[in-house]
Amino acid sequence: MSNEKGMSLIVKTVTRLTFGLIIIYGIYIVLRGHISPGGGFAGGVIITLSFILLMLAFGKDNVLKKLNQSRCLTFSSLGALIFLFIATAGFINKQKAVGGKEHFAIFGAGLIPLCDIAVSVMVGTGLFLMFFALVLLVEEKEGK
Amino acid sequence: MCFVLFSIGLYCILRKRNIIKIIIGIVIVEYALNLFLILIGYRIHGRAPIVAQDQEILNMVDPLPQAMVSTSIVIGLAIIVVLISLAIRIYEKYGTFDITKIRRLKG
Amino acid sequence: MELHLILLFMICASVAAVESKDLISGVITLSAAGLGLSLAFLILKAPNLAITQLVVEILYVIILIRAIINKDLVLIKDGRWLFNTISTFLFIGSFLIFAFFALKELPNFGQPIMKVAGEYLKSGLGQTGSANIVTAITLNFRSLDTLVETAILFTAIIGVLAIIRKVGKIYDPEKGKR
Repeated sequence: MSNEKGMSLIVKTVTRLTFGLIIIYGIYIVLRGHISPGGGFAGGVIITLSFILLMLAFGKDNVLKKLNQSRCLTFSSLGALIFLFIATAGFINKQKAVGGKEHFAIFGAGLIPLCDIAVSVMVGTGLFLMFFALVLLVEEKEGK
Repeated sequence: MCFVLFSIGLYCILRKRNIIKIIIGIVIVEYALNLFLILIGYRIHGRAPIVAQDQEILNMVDPLPQAMVSTSIVIGLAIIVVLISLAIRIYEKYGTFDITKIRRLKG
Repeated sequence: MELHLILLFMICASVAAVESKDLISGVITLSAAGLGLSLAFLILKAPNLAITQLVVEILYVIILIRAIINKDLVLIKDGRWLFNTISTFLFIGSFLIFAFFALKELPNFGQPIMKVAGEYLKSGLGQTGSANIVTAITLNFRSLDTLVETAILFTAIIGVLAIIRKVGKIYDPEKGKR
């Protein structure tokens, strides 16, 4: 797998076409996790897979312009912290999380979409970070 | 039949010498357990546990095992990734995936 | 019934994954088993799990292939082959016997005891406003469970980074980049 130049022209073109669609599908699954099947984790992994596809097709350097490693770590920690805050807010408030009034709307379910978004941000960037670490290790070993 | 799958995974864990094969066995055991938990909660002619608009459905399948298995899948992913990174480190250190050779080198 | 067909397919795929001579073919047949599991979830009316399983399966395949690329598989048989096989089969046999006795205590297939879950089904939409009951359970009724699960995943990510990061210090200590 030639890491610097990426794969052939066909793969690059198809990836350029489908990358936006995949990431929009992931966001759709995250946002409608409380109405239709889906949820934060699945949507986050789909976003990760879109970035992994981009990395496999175009090589390492093009992706690193968009998502740096430290930025990845920052986003992941931020998602985890937001979810921790939401989950422990119930202890302070001493009452249950407020349910929404209008059902079947995107923001009509109280705190659940916020939780979904936080989990998806954390999972997406964290798993991408993990994959990036594995790739980096393999490359260092080959270059050695 | 789910137990057959579990047995295959257990055989793979106990019998194989390759680390990647052991990881594959762990994944198969995890699949079997998830499937078993879902099979317990299944109700014949049930519906998926999603409330539709303007209608009352009462014969849904059990949503509680599904939530638990959803947690279980995530934890399984975390475990497998940590195991794979450990396997890569072991390969880098010893140059093999064979567990008996690793033991001999260590002692 | 199609569930039995899918289970047979999964069993065949896992046998092929265990017994294959090549690591890459083993991983690919394992992904076939995971696809069968996703279909089985869909038939058993669990679409949430079907989506999650499918996506996680793709991630497994990518990471495993990334791990085992350019590596070989050595087949060896040492002297205690017979003893190992016999003890393994004894262990599996005892497990199957106990599982057979434990299976009698469970409720029949298709009629679950829904003591807690019935309450969730009744009051799920009204209390949380979420039409998907599984999401309502994981993120509202049992949210602490999901919190600890997220903590486990985060710890795993940090652990992988720590395991991988050691390589810079071993091989070029004078640079000290990280």
